[in-house]
Amino acid sequence: MIVTALIYIFLAIGVTFNLLGSLALLRFPDVYTRLHGGTKCTTFGSIFLSGAVIVYGLKEWYLHPTVSSPILPIHALVALIAILITNPTGAHAIARAAHRSGVKPVKAVVDDLEEEKK
Amino acid sequence: MMDAFLLSIVILLISILLAAIRLILGPTVPDRVVGLDTINTLVIVLMILFGAYYREIIYIDVAIVYALLSFVTTILIAKYLEGGRI
Repeated sequence: MIVTALIYIFLAIGVTFNLLGSLALLRFPDVYTRLHGGTKCTTFGSIFLSGAVIVYGLKEWYLHPTVSSPILPIHALVALIAILITNPTGAHAIARAAHRSGVKPVKAVVDDLEEEKK
Repeated sequence: MMDAFLLSIVILLISILLAAIRLILGPTVPDRVVGLDTINTLVIVLMILFGAYYREIIYIDVAIVYALLSFVTTILIAKYLEGGRI
């Protein structure tokens, strides 16, 4: 009963943050703020959605140990680790490439990377 | 419980559409790359949820491979934008 409520809460948090992340892509003014909103929110939401699947698989395995197996939560955990490693690294690479290719922040007051290059 | 998984899948599809709007009308090239990266992450999570919904392990395996391949694609596009040799 508590586990079912936990799955519902995890699904609600994850879906909310993923929806907010893709709304941030539409609402923010330039590349860097869009990257901030999109990447952080989707990574946080992905943690909770994969957590819901992991808890669901563990519950199924606990209730029916003869029918099902722990393959579903283990593979969901591996996919979650793959997301956690690759997503911030890709965002860092995109931000660096955008700054090197000449896209300036719109309302930025301090641009440390620009001063670093001088 | 299965209805909750299906509802999450539908809302994730709506957010993929919202990210695709940015992919289509982004003013600069890094904007489009950001939209593509967000769509990649959402598709990975969608595959995990589909795997739990249909009780198919193979969908989650596809999600792992898709995560690693989309990471390589993002790094390659970023390297190309930076102006270096690939």
